[in-house]
Amino acid sequence: MTLLFKQTKALEKKLDDYLDLVIKGAFLFRVGVKYYLNGDMDDLETRIESINECEHDGDKLRRDIESALYTETLIPESRGDVLGLLEACDRVLNMTAETLNQFYTELPFFLPEVKEQYINLSEVCMTAVDQMVAAVRAYFKDIVNVRDYIRKVQLSESESDKIARKIKHTVFRTDIQLSQKMHMRYFALHIELIADEAEDVCDRLSIAAIKRSL
Amino acid sequence: MIWFFLLSGLFLGWSLGSNDAANIFGTAVGTRMIKFKTAAIIGSIFVIIGAVISGAGASHTLGKLGAVNAIAGSFTVALAAAVTVAWMTKLKLPVSTSQAIVGAIIGWNLFTGSPTDMTSLYKILSTWVICPVLTAVFAYLLYLVFKKWLLKWEVHLLRQDVYTRMGLILIGAFGAYSLGANNIANVMGVFVPAHPFGEMGFLDLFTLSGTQVLFLIGGLAISVGIFTYSKKVMMTVGNDIFKLTPIAALIVVLAESMVLFLFASKSLEHFLLSHGLPAIPLVPVSSSQAVVGGVVGIALAKKGRGINYRILGKISSGWVTTPIAAGVLSFISLFFMQNVFNLEVYKKPEATATILQEKAGTTAIAAGEKEFRKISIDEIENHLTTNKRSDKNETL
Repeated sequence: MTLLFKQTKALEKKLDDYLDLVIKGAFLFRVGVKYYLNGDMDDLETRIESINECEHDGDKLRRDIESALYTETLIPESRGDVLGLLEACDRVLNMTAETLNQFYTELPFFLPEVKEQYINLSEVCMTAVDQMVAAVRAYFKDIVNVRDYIRKVQLSESESDKIARKIKHTVFRTDIQLSQKMHMRYFALHIELIADEAEDVCDRLSIAAIKRSL
Repeated sequence: MIWFFLLSGLFLGWSLGSNDAANIFGTAVGTRMIKFKTAAIIGSIFVIIGAVISGAGASHTLGKLGAVNAIAGSFTVALAAAVTVAWMTKLKLPVSTSQAIVGAIIGWNLFTGSPTDMTSLYKILSTWVICPVLTAVFAYLLYLVFKKWLLKWEVHLLRQDVYTRMGLILIGAFGAYSLGANNIANVMGVFVPAHPFGEMGFLDLFTLSGTQVLFLIGGLAISVGIFTYSKKVMMTVGNDIFKLTPIAALIVVLAESMVLFLFASKSLEHFLLSHGLPAIPLVPVSSSQAVVGGVVGIALAKKGRGINYRILGKISSGWVTTPIAAGVLSFISLFFMQNVFNLEVYKKPEATATILQEKAGTTAIAAGEKEFRKISIDEIENHLTTNKRSDKNETL
């Protein structure tokens, strides 16, 4: 039993570390977008390196956790749900890293009047990610509050939809080239999709939380 | 020959072990919270301990229902019950060892013309209803307590998993103890008036009475049943009536164990009586029906959603079909034993009285011998002391 407690403690730490990486990824995305929109490409580059490292470490940790859950036959009833949640969280982290990388690779053009809205959009979407992580943590330790965090994610996702729609509305009513309009639309969509993915994690989480109740 | 006659009881014990161990460790093993090997070892040890230490209470009530006083009769009664259990299990019908043995004893009473003690019968019948109802009440209350406690506790899911495993093992051990204490009467109860075992000492550590030796053998048969056949049952149990989470399973097993313990504990009976409270009858009850009660209790605590009433009805039907089937089979088998194999399945009261007198006489002689020996030693000691004194006087 002592061994089991030790293993459990180590695994708890790994789970926390993994969720910390998702939070870190969201933070790097926030500042990375700001740096790009302000033209600080060097700072963006370092943040991109960090977020890629985050993604890589996250993948490794997730695999470790999954393998430990199976080999040590822990939480047999909730194992499927936990693995599903971790994989869904991993998609969020991957999408965050990939979108930030696209900024650096594709160097999109942004109209000055929508720059602030892009910053807002990324803020709201990353708030959704933060709340999603809080919800996942609550699933493990504080099941009563899962519902509250899920609600916050839903509100953030809904807000991100509105901001993205507003950006597209503004962009497609200007006289710039269609390719630039499409490019801006593409980035608004991709940032918005991160919040959508966070909401998907929460949908999965709400079912898992019901199953976890006695 | 005694070992041959005990075979039917051992068969019944094996059936009980293979079926009823699943009521204690079923969900834990089925959901892979506990390894089968761990469950089997713990279950076996505690079933034997429960049977030997606390098995007497419930078997006394069965003895009052019908004192099967010839070993061939005990054999037939246990065999009828065992065949009923095995046959109904094969037909996938709900079955209880407790109800089978009661039916078989009544079959013996009817065949031999012995009166059935209606007070004991009513007591037993009432507990068949009380047992699942009481388990449901316990499970309901425990569910509410656990729910509140878990919400307050805020323990990590992974750590909760470890605590649940520990709980399943500890409560499983208590459940196995209670099962042994309560249900050994079903397996070996009918052999109590007719068994030939005497006291047996174990390495000067403890001594078992003849009945306890009988219960030890019965407990071993249950353990063999647990090891050889219960895995299959454990892997399929638990999801029929209502799907249980490991914690809910823990609550059900705890409620079931408490009820089995209540109906088997002589100490509790003494405690209640000494405090002027009504005692709980010591009666072998069905662990399967206790589990059903527990599961229904949990389901009711969850506002009754998801109960499979069809399966519940099917299980309840076992209350009627099992004792009737065992009773009829016991009656027919006793007829064959007596008239075809010429075996004595019943001793007339006079014969029984003579045996008891003989036994009493032997005991009196043995007591007399002890007394004689004691007197002789005392006399020798006195004699030696007197001699020593006279020697001293002579020297002086």
